[in-house]
Amino acid sequence: MSTVKKKISEVDQATIRFAGDSGDGMQLTGSQFSDNTAIFGNDLATLPDFPAEIRAPKGSLAGVSSFQLQFSNKDIHTPGDDLDVLVAMNPAGLKVHLGDLKDNGMLIINTANFTPKNIKLAGYEESPLDGSLLDGYQAIKVDMTKLVATVLEKLELSSKLKARSTNMFALGLLYWLYGRSLDSSVNFIQKKFAKTPDIVEANIKALNAGYYYGETLEVIKTTYRVNKAKFEKGKYRNIMGNNALAFGLLTAAQRSGLDLYYGGYPITPASDILHYLAQYKNFGVKTFQAEDEIAGVVSAIGAAFAGDLAITATSGPGVALKSEALGLAVITELPLVLVNVQRGGPSTGLPTKTEQSDLNQAMYGRNGEAPMVVLAPATPADCFMMAYEACRIALKYMIPVILLSDGYIANGSEPWKIPDVNTLPEMETRILKKKEGFAPFNHGNPDLARPWALPGTPGMEHRIGGLEKWEETGHVSYDPENHQKMVELRQEKVDIIARDLAPAKPFGKESGDLLVIGWGGTHGALRSAVETAQNEGMAVSHLHLRYLNPLPRNLGEILVKFQKVMIAELNLGQLAAIIRAKFLVDAIGLNKVQGKPFTQTEVFNKITELVKGA
Amino acid sequence: MEATNTQTLTRQDFVSDQDVRWCPGCGDYAILSVVQKLFPTLGIPKENFLIVSGIGCSSRFPYYMDTYGFHTIHGRAPALATGAKLANPDLSVWVITGDGDSMSIGGNHFIHVLRRNIDMNILMFNNQIYGLTKGQYSPTSELGKVTKSTPMGSLDHPFNPPQLALGASGTFIARTIDREQKHMSIILEEANNHKGTSFVEIYQNCNIFNDGAFSELTEKGTKAETQLVLEQGKPMIFGAENDKGLVLEGSNFKIVKLGKNYSADDILKHDKEDKNLAMLLSEITYNPDLPVPLGILYQESKPTYDDMMTNQIQEAIKSKGPGDLEKLFFGTSSWIVD
Repeated sequence: MSTVKKKISEVDQATIRFAGDSGDGMQLTGSQFSDNTAIFGNDLATLPDFPAEIRAPKGSLAGVSSFQLQFSNKDIHTPGDDLDVLVAMNPAGLKVHLGDLKDNGMLIINTANFTPKNIKLAGYEESPLDGSLLDGYQAIKVDMTKLVATVLEKLELSSKLKARSTNMFALGLLYWLYGRSLDSSVNFIQKKFAKTPDIVEANIKALNAGYYYGETLEVIKTTYRVNKAKFEKGKYRNIMGNNALAFGLLTAAQRSGLDLYYGGYPITPASDILHYLAQYKNFGVKTFQAEDEIAGVVSAIGAAFAGDLAITATSGPGVALKSEALGLAVITELPLVLVNVQRGGPSTGLPTKTEQSDLNQAMYGRNGEAPMVVLAPATPADCFMMAYEACRIALKYMIPVILLSDGYIANGSEPWKIPDVNTLPEMETRILKKKEGFAPFNHGNPDLARPWALPGTPGMEHRIGGLEKWEETGHVSYDPENHQKMVELRQEKVDIIARDLAPAKPFGKESGDLLVIGWGGTHGALRSAVETAQNEGMAVSHLHLRYLNPLPRNLGEILVKFQKVMIAELNLGQLAAIIRAKFLVDAIGLNKVQGKPFTQTEVFNKITELVKGA
Repeated sequence: MEATNTQTLTRQDFVSDQDVRWCPGCGDYAILSVVQKLFPTLGIPKENFLIVSGIGCSSRFPYYMDTYGFHTIHGRAPALATGAKLANPDLSVWVITGDGDSMSIGGNHFIHVLRRNIDMNILMFNNQIYGLTKGQYSPTSELGKVTKSTPMGSLDHPFNPPQLALGASGTFIARTIDREQKHMSIILEEANNHKGTSFVEIYQNCNIFNDGAFSELTEKGTKAETQLVLEQGKPMIFGAENDKGLVLEGSNFKIVKLGKNYSADDILKHDKEDKNLAMLLSEITYNPDLPVPLGILYQESKPTYDDMMTNQIQEAIKSKGPGDLEKLFFGTSSWIVD
C-alpha cells in the first residue's frame, strides 16, 4: 500500500460524534478521544448519550449509544450543535444521527454491520449505502470488522473477541484525521487489559490499523488540525462532572479534618459518585451502600449527628423517597449534603437523559415549612467547587444542603484546572469542645448555627429528633409562639447565607435589552449563544445562578436594568416561577424537556427573536 | 476532655429532666427502669451511650434517658443508628423500637441491619397493637384482631419476630417480658456483651389498647405453665411444680411429665448456638399448646460490618498509603500549561 499525500487544513474547532450499538464500545472510544484531545491541549466539551438498558436489543434504534465532543483552539462551552464528522458503526446509529451531520460533513461508516437484518431493524427499506441518502456527505464506507480481522489473523482469539476491537480501528482513523498521537490510548489499553496480553495486542493493532488505513485512503484528501487552545498556566486534567463532584466532597472532608461518610443507594446517573468515593478508602472515606434510598440518607443523618461529613447522592426518584428524612435534617439542623444528579422525570422517567425538573422538588418537596439551601454546579469541572461549597455551607451554618447536578454535566467532561487545595476557602465546623453554657439549640451567633455536640463528648448528652423543639434547650415543645419562632428561624438560617455569597455579576454589560438567566448544566449553551449575540452587536448579557436558595442579594437590582429577562431551563419554567414571584418581573421562558441539553442555536434564535423581533 | 469515670455512675445519672409521659400503668415504665439501672453497671462511659428510636410510644424512650439520643422518623432508627455507629465505632448504640415501627414501616431496615450484623442492640417493645395512633392492629397482632381499623377482625397473619430475625441472619435473638425485670436485665446485659446486632423482643403490655395481651405469661396463676425460661445448657423444664419438660418427637416438641418415665436428663437441653433448635423454639411463639420461650433463643459469633469497614480502611491505607489529594487529582492523564 502506498501512502497518499494529503492536504492539511487548520480549523478552529471540530465537532465529532461516535455512534453505534450499545455493545460497540462507543463510550470508551469517545472518552479515549476526549482524553487524547485534552492532553493535546484543545479546549473541549463532551456529550455522552446512552440507553438505560444495559444491552438493548442489538441493532435496534433504542440500543444506539453515542458520544459527541467538540474541541477547539478557543475557549468553548458546549459539545457543539452540528457535526463535522459522524462515525456510524451500524445502520441504527446512522439512522438516529445522520440528521445532525453538516452538509458535506464527513460520514465514516463500518459497512460490516449493514446486514439486511440490521438495515431492517434500523427502519430502512433498503440499504442506505446504496441509494441517494448519503449524497451531500463525504461518505467513507469501510468494512472495519473485516480489516480488523485481517490484521488480527495470527492472534489466537475468537472472531467475536477480535471484532470487539473494531471501535479502536475507528478511533485510530479519527486520530489520523486530526493528526494525533496514539500514545494516550496505547498507554490506556496496556493498563486496562494488563492481565490479558492478547487483548492488549488486538486493541493496539486495531488502533494502528485504523490510523494507517487513513494514510492510504484516497477518498480523504484533507486532514485537519485544531491547534492548542490558550489556557492559564497550571496543571490540568480532563474530568467528568461526577468525578469532579466526588473530588470536591473528598477535599471538603480533608480540609475540615472530618471523615467523609457516604450513605446511598445505586441510581442512574448518580451511582458513579459512590463508585468514585468507594475507591478512596485510604482517605478514610466510609461508603455505605444501603438497603434503600431512605436508609441511605437516614444513615447519613446518623453519621452527621456523630460527627462525620455526611453525604448522600441520588437522582429525582431517590430524592422523593428521602424527602421525609430531609425534613428531619432540617428540624435537627444537622450538616448534610444531598446531591441530586437530575434526570428526566416524572417517576422513573428518562433515567439516562438530562433534565432540570427537580428544582421545585428541591425547593418545596417536603412537608411543613422545610427550607433547604440549594446550589447548582454549572459545568462538569464546576462540580468540584460547588460540592466543596455545599459542604462548607452545611458545616458552617449547621444546615442541610441540596446540590443539583444533572445527567449532562455528570457524564460530560471538560479540562479542569487542578486547584491548589490550600487556597480553597477555609472549612469551619461548629464542633463544641467546652461544655460550659452548652445548650443544643443555642443560635446565639450571627450565622444562626447551633453547636455540634458530638456523642462521645462528656457533659453534653442531649436528645434531638423530629418533634418541634424549644430554642436553646431542644426539649420537645408544642408551644404555639415557640413553633412560629422556630419555623421563622429555620427560614432565616437559609436566608442569611446570602450575606456570605459574592454578589451576582452578569457576563456582558450590566444593563441592556435582554438578560439571559440560567442555572446548572445549561451554562455552556447559554454562554455560547450570548457570546455569539454579543458579537453580532446585540445588547444581551448572561447571568448564571449557582446559588438558587438563597438567591444572590443583588439579583433584584440586576433584573431591573434589562428591558427583557429570559430564563432558559430544561423544565417548564420552575426557576422562572420563583423569580417572577419574588421580583415581579415578566420573565420569558425558554423551556425544553426532551432529555437533551439546549443547543446553542436554539438559544441564539430565541435571543434574536426577543432582541430583534416585535 | 476527660471521659466519665464509669465507677461512680448511678441510676440517677441516666434519668433525664423530662417528665415521662407514657400512660399510667404502661409496660414501658418497667423497661425504662431496668435500662436506667443497667447502664451504670456496664462499664461504659456515660457519654458513649447513644439511644436511637423511631416513632411510636416506645420511641419516646430517648427523651427520658440522660444520654445522647435521637428520636428519628417512623421505622428508620436502625438506619440512623447504622450511620452513627459507622461514624463513631466507640459508641454503645441502643435502638428502641416497637412492633409497628420495626416490623411494619421499618421492616426493610430491620432485616438489613440484622443481616449486616452492625454492633448495636435493638430492643423491640412488642405490645401487638398501635398505641400512639390509638389502637389499630399491628403486624404482630393475632389474626382476627378487632380494632378500630378492623371492625370485622384483621386479615393479616402476624409476624413471628424471632423467626423473622433468624431468617434475616440475626446473630443474637432473645425474648423477655416487661413484668420480669430481673430476667430482662440479664438479657439486656447479654445483648450488650454480644458483638453484633442484638435483637431483644420485649413483650410489653399496652394497658389502654391491648390490655392483658400477655397476661397468661405474667399472671401468677398461669405464668409457670406458660413460660419456658431458656438457660444455656439447662434442660427445658417448666410448670408450677417444675414437673414438665420438652422433648423432641421427630422435629416437633412434645411436653412430657417428669417422674416415672422421664428424668431431667431426658429433657432437651438448651443450646443457644444451635440454629435448628432456635428455629424450632421460634416456631412455638404462637402455639397455644406449648409454653412461650423466654431468654436467648440464638447466638452466633460473626464478623460485624463496622469492624470489617474499619479493617478495609486500614488495609487501604496500608496498601496505597494515606490519601494524597494532589496525587489523586493529577491522576494518570494530566498535563501542565506553562
